[in-house]
Amino acid sequence: MSALLQSMNSRAASLNIPLGVQLDVTYRCNERCVHCYLDHDDHGEMTLEEIRGVLDQLAAAGTFFLTLSGGEVLMRRDFFDILEHARKHLFCVRIKTNACMIGEKQADRLRDLGVESIQVSIYSHRPEVHDAITKLPGSLKRSIEAIRRLKARGVKVIIANVLMAQNFGDYPGVRLLARELGVESTIDPTITPKMDGDRSILGLGIGIGELKAVMHDETLVGDIAEFCAPPPPVDSDVLDELPCSASHTYCYISPYGDVFPCVQFPLPTGNVRQQAFLDIWRYSPAMNDVRSIRPRELPVCSTCSHVGGCTRCPGLAYMAGDMRGPSVQDCEKSYARTGIPSANMMLRAAVRHDLVQIHL
Amino acid sequence: MNVYPARSNQIAARMLGDEMMIMSPRDATLFSLNEAGALIWQSADGHTPVSEIVQRVCQEFDVEPDEARADVESFLSELAGHRILNFTEEAQ
Repeated sequence: MSALLQSMNSRAASLNIPLGVQLDVTYRCNERCVHCYLDHDDHGEMTLEEIRGVLDQLAAAGTFFLTLSGGEVLMRRDFFDILEHARKHLFCVRIKTNACMIGEKQADRLRDLGVESIQVSIYSHRPEVHDAITKLPGSLKRSIEAIRRLKARGVKVIIANVLMAQNFGDYPGVRLLARELGVESTIDPTITPKMDGDRSILGLGIGIGELKAVMHDETLVGDIAEFCAPPPPVDSDVLDELPCSASHTYCYISPYGDVFPCVQFPLPTGNVRQQAFLDIWRYSPAMNDVRSIRPRELPVCSTCSHVGGCTRCPGLAYMAGDMRGPSVQDCEKSYARTGIPSANMMLRAAVRHDLVQIHL
Repeated sequence: MNVYPARSNQIAARMLGDEMMIMSPRDATLFSLNEAGALIWQSADGHTPVSEIVQRVCQEFDVEPDEARADVESFLSELAGHRILNFTEEAQ
């Protein structure tokens, strides 16, 4: 992160400004990805006028980074009306899409409207693997064609690759594909539980051995010794730092107007159909509860040697039952990276050991 | 002859406290303008001539016209160099 961006974030946090907002304009989708956490039926999406009103409010609140996502954003016929309105407000717009519906005309408009970047989900360089995940035959071909169209127009594209057991072996191929297309790529080993709390899709994720391999792949992490170094001793400053941007400088708005601290944190804080956005952002008890969290008060994580370097996600912890509890997926990442178990892992191992003793 | 500076329609911008943040999507470069810079930037609407922007700066910040003109012109040229602003000879 650049120094200016870092100072912008700190300034926004001190002024209580929602600098970044993700707005999902629909949950409908033309793909049916096996790991998706959404229900794709339309339960009453905001109308174009309602969304325009939300964008007006976000601009007035000081939001700068606006991510438009879904579902598939282009399932909305009025998507370009939404985008046009967003750009009138001079948001820095990022779009997440599978790109299957981006033809020549759509690519022209995305270029003309000055979108900052477009993130396209690609799970494999092999159609039989990618299309089996999206359950849309021909989707890899269509996504790649769209990336070429966007790239030819100078639009920045980022390939996002979610790692699962099903496609783990293909991430080097996806990175090569990205290089061939001249675009950036990212990989993400996190599978998120469904928004209704169903955790069954977590079983699609990669195992600890594969996670270790990713964390020790120097083509991904650079200097392995530095990246995988044991955590430094915990000092008291670390225990008072802001844990992540959720509710501090960032929040998420669903297609139905529900406001959450983050896309990965389904704690209801209010709805823009019933309340002004800024009232929710500033005064919602739930939003302020999340805002009050500091590592020092986390019962398990405050005792963990990883507390300073962990990517602990309070949303994943919330979905596991307690937003002040550990986020198991992040415990596993810290362990895979350093080989040092987290406090939570040791606690769970001790409990299991005790249970075995009682059983015997 | 009047010259009219106009902000690029490709940029993203927002006031953050008393600073203006601008991002050029061409290369994701981020700019931060102070209060005076923000006033000049907001005046660069394609139909306000440089001469009027100079007057606004003089009124707002109590500087001499010659000094203000030199500063405004140099600042606008710098922004144009980053391609986040351009000049036209007719009001848009």
